[in-house]
Amino acid sequence: MLEWLRHPWPWYISGPLIGLMVPLLLLLGNKSFGISSSLRHVCAVCFPSKIPFFQYEWKKEIWNLFFVAGIMGGAFLAAYFLSDSQPVQVNPKLAHELSQYGVTNYNSLVPTDLFSWNSLLTAKGFILIVVGGFLVGFGTRYAGGCTSGHSIMGISSLQMSSIVATVCFMIGGLIMANFILPYILQL
Amino acid sequence: MSEPNTIKPFLKEMNTDFEVRSLDTMCVNKSELQHPSWYNLKYLVAGILFGIILVKSEVVSWFRIQEMFRFQSFHMYGVIGSAIVVGFISIQLIKKFRIKSIHGEPIELHPKPFNKGQVIGGLLFGFGWALTGACPGPLYALVGSGALVIIVALGSAVAGTWVYGLLRDRLPH
Repeated sequence: MLEWLRHPWPWYISGPLIGLMVPLLLLLGNKSFGISSSLRHVCAVCFPSKIPFFQYEWKKEIWNLFFVAGIMGGAFLAAYFLSDSQPVQVNPKLAHELSQYGVTNYNSLVPTDLFSWNSLLTAKGFILIVVGGFLVGFGTRYAGGCTSGHSIMGISSLQMSSIVATVCFMIGGLIMANFILPYILQL
Repeated sequence: MSEPNTIKPFLKEMNTDFEVRSLDTMCVNKSELQHPSWYNLKYLVAGILFGIILVKSEVVSWFRIQEMFRFQSFHMYGVIGSAIVVGFISIQLIKKFRIKSIHGEPIELHPKPFNKGQVIGGLLFGFGWALTGACPGPLYALVGSGALVIIVALGSAVAGTWVYGLLRDRLPH
């Protein structure tokens, strides 16, 4: 059993489990599944700066910060106690493409050839980590949600706006991954 | 600051404070019940479960995200698709049987009204998702899993949210 848990979980196990987060949070306390709001709460707690968007009773939303703290803890447990330490298995086509950019290390969930403290000071690493992170924070708040809040919670409750948002997430990702990222990886 | 409890879709004025604020699920306070703060530990436990699933399904991996956006693997589509199916069925069951929360409150869902932000912000988030290989949940999970440099990406995401808050009155909605 433990041996089985250590392998990567297939989509038909992990997908439904992620879906169950929706009723779990509703039943635990009427909370809508969502992560990106936590970034706003961090701003409201630490840097409100008299910006109206960050003036609210964040103490009522503190559950969301407990939730994301749990995510960090759970990820730690999974990485250190439920890992089989095998390289990530990727499509050979992707491996071939990435090898052209010097990405050959699949031992970690993030490519350590690109994401490291040293690469942070290179143009490539800066764009992937800092610019990418900024776009995630800015874009999710502008869109009013992320993959969990819109794509899973929103579509599960048949929100048209969430379907539009999810289509735009995908279009943005397709454009970046196929047409822009190759140039960034050549830097 | 008290928040309106109901959504008024007929509200026509563009970009009113209320309309914009109701775009976020939070700030529409759902519970009037007061609980001691240690009750929040149940969300910590839920988060731990979610964090384990995120890592074991490898949806936090930059490689899996690149495969998804190149249509080279079904994995991510399978994960997100089956999560939506299970979420949808759960919500239908909750509605049909009027299931209440563990504190006896009726379960409420709040509509997210459409606005231009879902298109513009959605595209921008898509760019960021393909670059970092992570959406917000996985950013937290990656830090927990030991990829410590992702703390910088997470800090940058907080900065992005902050800049959005600063500029939001000047952005089209």
